[in-house]
Amino acid sequence: MNYIYDLHRTMMAEKLILVYEGDFTQETTKSILSMAERNLDSSGEESGIKRKVFNVMVEALQNIVKHSSEQGLQAGSLISRSAIFLISKDDSRYCVMTGNPIQKDKVSRLKQNLEELNSKDKEGLKEMYKEIIKNTQISEKGGAGLGFVDMARKSGEKLEFIFANMDETHDFFCLKINISREKE
Amino acid sequence: MEILNLKGTEDTPTIILDKKNGIFEISGRSLPEDSAEFYRPVIEWINSYAKEANASTDFVFKLEYFNTASSKLILDVLSALEEIKGMKISWYFHDDDEDMEEAGQEFSELVEIPFEFKTY
Repeated sequence: MNYIYDLHRTMMAEKLILVYEGDFTQETTKSILSMAERNLDSSGEESGIKRKVFNVMVEALQNIVKHSSEQGLQAGSLISRSAIFLISKDDSRYCVMTGNPIQKDKVSRLKQNLEELNSKDKEGLKEMYKEIIKNTQISEKGGAGLGFVDMARKSGEKLEFIFANMDETHDFFCLKINISREKE
Repeated sequence: MEILNLKGTEDTPTIILDKKNGIFEISGRSLPEDSAEFYRPVIEWINSYAKEANASTDFVFKLEYFNTASSKLILDVLSALEEIKGMKISWYFHDDDEDMEEAGQEFSELVEIPFEFKTY
């Protein structure tokens, strides 16, 4: 049972304030949001930063919900639909992090999208947002294709990501969004 | 016209569309699982209202938070309102919420309707 202590120490060392692992639905999203919100409220965080963290959490969580429903379509797949969501907090910033399985053939396109976002400045992201919102249609999964752009805008920093190898067909997509606690 | 009255929840906004009393308001939080489905009756109501609109309409957005899927639908709502003569948008934001202020400004650049910005 040492892993309990190990997990506890990891969480303390990484300053994690919330970790959720499992199936993601709109219902779990709402529960996680209300838990995180209570945490932000009780810590007396400044309202502007609180709103940004909340905003990034919603987009990150709804991305996983949409994506895991897609994983579910593969009957008999050994890849778990299960994903992970984490928030850490230290003196200078909050980090909202997600990890979920993704088909390998979708990796290069996603990587390209994220790199394009990271190459843009504040104005560039704003233009991109307006361009997408004018032309997009809501997908069957309920997405507007604006989630990553919005997270990048609210963060004001580059999105960090890696793709860890799971097996022949899947990678595990890890994303980290930083929200500074220092006022601009 | 019938009044459209949707009570807000933790992930959907409060909506009151009342032609007779001149109340048109979307307020609260909007992060529904299916934003297109949620806003469908709102857009349908506006399309009916367009046929017999009041001489002037002050449409109030007083949102605390909305997700990106809702932002697309808010643009669809605004596009429907754009067709109506005498339309004005009152866009409310918390006085320290720059993101909500900026979101309103961006919407105002995407449609041809006068926006008035107000804090609460």
